Amino acid sequence: MPESATRELTFAQAVREALAEEMRRDSRVCIIGEDVAEAGTPFKVLSGLVEEFGSERVVDAPISEAGFTGVGVGAAMTGLRPVVDIMFGDFITLTMDQMVNQAAKIHYMSGGHWKVPMVMRTTLGATRRSAAQHSQSLHAWFSHVPGLKVVLPSTPYDAKGLLKTAIRDENPVVFFEDKMMYKLKGPVPEDDYTIPLGVADVKRAGDDITLVATSSMVQIALRAADLLEKESISAEVVDPRTTWPLDEKTLIESAKKTSRVIVLDEGYGRYGVTAELAALIAEGAFYDLDAPVKRMAAMHVPIPFSPPLEDVTIPTEQTVFHAARSMCKPS
Amino acid sequence: MTMAAPQFEAGADTAVQRDKWIHMYRQMVSIRLFEEQVNELYTRALMPGLAHLYSGEEAVAVGICEALRIDDYITSTHRGHGHCLAKGASPDRMFAELLGKEAGYCRGKGGSMHIADPATGNLGANAIVGGSVGIATGAAFAAKKLATDRVAVCFFGEGALGQGSLYEVMNLAQLWKLPVIYVCENNLYNEYTHYTETTAGDVLSRATAFGIEAASVDGQDVRAVYGIASRFVERARRGEGPGFLQCNTYRYTGHHVGDINREYYRSKTEEQLWKTERDPLKVLSEWLLAQGLAGAPALKEIQDQIRARMEAAVKFAIESPYPSVDEVEKHVYA
Repeated sequence: MPESATRELTFAQAVREALAEEMRRDSRVCIIGEDVAEAGTPFKVLSGLVEEFGSERVVDAPISEAGFTGVGVGAAMTGLRPVVDIMFGDFITLTMDQMVNQAAKIHYMSGGHWKVPMVMRTTLGATRRSAAQHSQSLHAWFSHVPGLKVVLPSTPYDAKGLLKTAIRDENPVVFFEDKMMYKLKGPVPEDDYTIPLGVADVKRAGDDITLVATSSMVQIALRAADLLEKESISAEVVDPRTTWPLDEKTLIESAKKTSRVIVLDEGYGRYGVTAELAALIAEGAFYDLDAPVKRMAAMHVPIPFSPPLEDVTIPTEQTVFHAARSMCKPS
Repeated sequence: MTMAAPQFEAGADTAVQRDKWIHMYRQMVSIRLFEEQVNELYTRALMPGLAHLYSGEEAVAVGICEALRIDDYITSTHRGHGHCLAKGASPDRMFAELLGKEAGYCRGKGGSMHIADPATGNLGANAIVGGSVGIATGAAFAAKKLATDRVAVCFFGEGALGQGSLYEVMNLAQLWKLPVIYVCENNLYNEYTHYTETTAGDVLSRATAFGIEAASVDGQDVRAVYGIASRFVERARRGEGPGFLQCNTYRYTGHHVGDINREYYRSKTEEQLWKTERDPLKVLSEWLLAQGLAGAPALKEIQDQIRARMEAAVKFAIESPYPSVDEVEKHVYA
């Protein structure tokens, strides 16, 4: 972390600061989405931006996700750098043609002649009691598509640095924010710093087991690591930060070092991010592993509303702790 | 509203007027003869993939694109060769693209349905029906924000009237007064189905419901298309908002070259009637002759010149190399 004035900011404040700094730096950066202006989104992440940059650059759109995402694609091709706001990650379903068939493919299909430098900001994460259509973590879908980059920040520091990089990138980048993390506080430098896409971060060093965790699962993994420490198990927490580009090297090196790996992600496990990362680790570190790579992800059910039902659908620090302990100390 | 062709203005600069219409004739002949070559390449199995021919619809692309500047934007469709040529694409690089050659507009990576060219403002042809309505509207959004004075034209067939995203972006465009013109090429058929079987209600009302200025025009008369397009384009350029233009036209051939037996969805008599009575090249050439703006030998010479040019362009494409296989992973990311 650079040595400069550092304050404690919430995740939401860090996102807002990244946007404000990029909008000051580059007049082409604009925001399009539902209730992004005066309302500042239901999560209040964008509060204050319309007051500074005006409604010409913080543009309230009708409830037309496909329409305004398409506008973002065309505007990005022709000189703007739009940040398209999709309030809930569940609503990316409505933008799929624009993202998958248009944004992701235009550079390639045109033989490199057109570029789509746009960012889609959206959310993921369950346990907000929002039921099946406002709780999904669907980042695996975009990670599957060549031409898109996918960012999963897990701290205020990462959120600011990664979002600034995403806005400066020449490609369509999808930026998933855990909506349960908006109030999480952490140190954020006042500096203009960026974090490259495709560089994993070791959030905690350890020797006995690697917990590869994304987005919301990073905090779960860190808390599980605290519990494991009390049992004299040293857990390393590795956060890939982006599912594409992907820092395979850091994941595999950590796996080789500790010889045991759990991969954690809040998306569905079946054909999901955990499946891909576990396969890469198995391929890259097989002969150094002392146990099969374990995957922990969302249960394969629509997210239920009732709190006791919802709570069991995703990994928790307790379930991760128990899984890690049984891998390290088989009974 | 339905627009008739503007009358020839006696007293205007006759030479300039004549050159303009002859240029449009040239452009339409280029599209017709380009597509003849595509048909030939396809039936000789020299062209991979699918070929959706624009023959019969030439007056739409030419009438619209002649009302645009080179730096104005278009988005095109799977039936897009005519739009690309009318906006200024060169036939040799187009044929090269159709054959998957490195010299093509997209280095062979896009093919017939994805020709794109920043130099002529072509944001790309799109193989998703209605897939480019957002892109064209976004280009108009950027033009307005960046105050570039540019206009975007979104070409789509009447089949795209079934896509919801069209209505989303028309709402946005009118709310934000964007310089975009939605050009609905109504060639009567959604692939193999007459559009009246798929389209309830009135076409223009779809746009006027949003308060968008809308008109229908005879899409076989290039002068009529050009006249109304010029008005819509200038209006958009002045900041007065979007337009919607239904161009009534006809697809001479099948949905694609392989669609030969078409009598289950339309009659040969109908096809013949459009070709003999409503052919856009014939409509313009008869008018040029009647006005004394060109003689038959001059028009014949234009056709011969263009035919020779197309043959040379095909030869160029056939002789051009394929991209090297290591090109496959290039341009996934910028």
